[in-house]
Amino acid sequence: MQAQAGKPWERIAMTVLIVLVAAAFLFPIAWMLSTALKAPEDIFTPTPSLLPEKWHWHNFADAWKAQPFAKYFANTLIVVLVSTPFAMLSSTMVAFGFARISFWGRNALFLLVIGTMVIPWDVTAIPLYIEYNKLGLINTLWPMILPGMFGAPFFIFLARQFIMGIPHDLDEAAKIDGCSRWQIYWKIVLPLCRPVVVVIGVFHFVWVWNEFLTPLIFINDQDLYTLPLGINLFKNAYNIEYEKLMAISCLSVLFPVTLFYFTQNLVLGGLSLSGVKK
Amino acid sequence: MSRTNAGEAALLRSARRKRWKENLAGWFFVSPWMFGFVFLMLGPMLFSLVISFTEWNMVGAPKFLGFDNYIRMFTSDPFYYRALTVTFKYVFLTVPLQVILAILIAVLLNRATVGIRFFRAVFYMPSLIQGVTLALIWGWMFNADFGPINFFLEQAGLPRVHWLTDPDVALYALVIVALWGVGSPMVLYLSALRTISSEYYEAADIDGAGRIRKFFSVTLPLLTPTVLFNIITSLIASFQTIVLAFVMTGGGPAESTYFYSLHVYRSAFTHFKMGYASAMAWVMFVMIVLLTGLILKSSKYWVHYEADGGGR
Repeated sequence: MQAQAGKPWERIAMTVLIVLVAAAFLFPIAWMLSTALKAPEDIFTPTPSLLPEKWHWHNFADAWKAQPFAKYFANTLIVVLVSTPFAMLSSTMVAFGFARISFWGRNALFLLVIGTMVIPWDVTAIPLYIEYNKLGLINTLWPMILPGMFGAPFFIFLARQFIMGIPHDLDEAAKIDGCSRWQIYWKIVLPLCRPVVVVIGVFHFVWVWNEFLTPLIFINDQDLYTLPLGINLFKNAYNIEYEKLMAISCLSVLFPVTLFYFTQNLVLGGLSLSGVKK
Repeated sequence: MSRTNAGEAALLRSARRKRWKENLAGWFFVSPWMFGFVFLMLGPMLFSLVISFTEWNMVGAPKFLGFDNYIRMFTSDPFYYRALTVTFKYVFLTVPLQVILAILIAVLLNRATVGIRFFRAVFYMPSLIQGVTLALIWGWMFNADFGPINFFLEQAGLPRVHWLTDPDVALYALVIVALWGVGSPMVLYLSALRTISSEYYEAADIDGAGRIRKFFSVTLPLLTPTVLFNIITSLIASFQTIVLAFVMTGGGPAESTYFYSLHVYRSAFTHFKMGYASAMAWVMFVMIVLLTGLILKSSKYWVHYEADGGGR
């Protein structure tokens, strides 16, 4: 539906309303930024203002140095950089199987994939702890990397929707040319999947970047802390130094938001795939 | 005669071989997921079910208890009831409010004449902020003495609220934080709105339907598939919520934000009652499955699929 053109005053009122609601939504982010740039005396005042008196850029450096954030940051990056390519690959591969090959048990298995979305972390956390412990993976980054490597249900669902939209003629032509299944996936379908692969990559990145519970349970060694764990530790130690807390929050938010900024059309367009009837 | 039979048999054999190859190929492609499923889900779940019938501190040998853990949570654990009520209250507030707010914003944005893409990104952005950072930002927003929300309330002549330290308010504060992430379902509604054909509205115009009538008779029914998707995903997520409470309130004040998952986490990783925690986790799992099943069952009464293709 296109927006119906109403009376001019109505259009103006609508726009004003949207701007106001949007401003309210952005306010917490603006407040975080502003606090990150303030001096403590501007923070603990009964009449706070959105703009800092003076811009204290050094808050960022101070916060960064107050904890080994470089290390936490590096750990998070390792997890994200190792697991994201696997997530992209495995999800599209599994989705290709569901979308293009009619094998025995396919429909039941796909229902199972979707069904696993209802499993709460609470059920698997304890056994996984024991399993990782047996495998010597406690206090390594693996418990953060492994779960995403084999294809998450939501990503498989998205990629399957996308692949089902790719015309079959391409596969048929390739088959006649003597391409194997794998070659069809690798050389034809995967390159065409680029939009959905980007979407999967961004979501996976954002999820892993923010993941708190997994490292909380499986990582005790501070040298292996990821950013959220480090920030939580920092919060407990510097509970009232809000300028530093907000400065480090800004830095942590920066990566997902930048990534989203550059991929927003793909991500928001790709999300609409999941809106299709299930 | 025998020649055709032999030919048929050969054809059959080759067809069977083709089927077999097809099956193998299919299972090969889904094998990564199968591997993850068996080792990271199915195995752990079975293990968890078994230890839910035992008392086990992870070090010694598990002691078989039968159904004791399950009986105990419903008869002699006041914290369990607390956690159950807190979680249900949170779920039944967050899920409907999120659906309503997401639809409202999507409808509003859909009527915008300029900058749809810009505003869409603006509303989506908060949902990129999750976990600890989300908790920190809102902990500061809700600060009773120096936070901006109380400042605005005071400017408006309203009393200050002890958002995170008043047991009557803290849970609602967390609901507000959760609603800030409304952008991600909103995007789905927006794209569903864009696909509604204008013919429906023209027909409604001819019938003399007003704006509100059009929303409830045309727009809303056509959004119901998205509503179903939204309700189910949001229900599953909010049932297991823990991080906000863990970081912002620690379950307090006075256990007013003591979520089910927090109780499971504490029982398992603070008190090392692995059997009891597993039993509680399984009860939660069953509750989620039942609720999801109920919603899916009910969906045939309220979800409308457009006649072309998708519906039956």
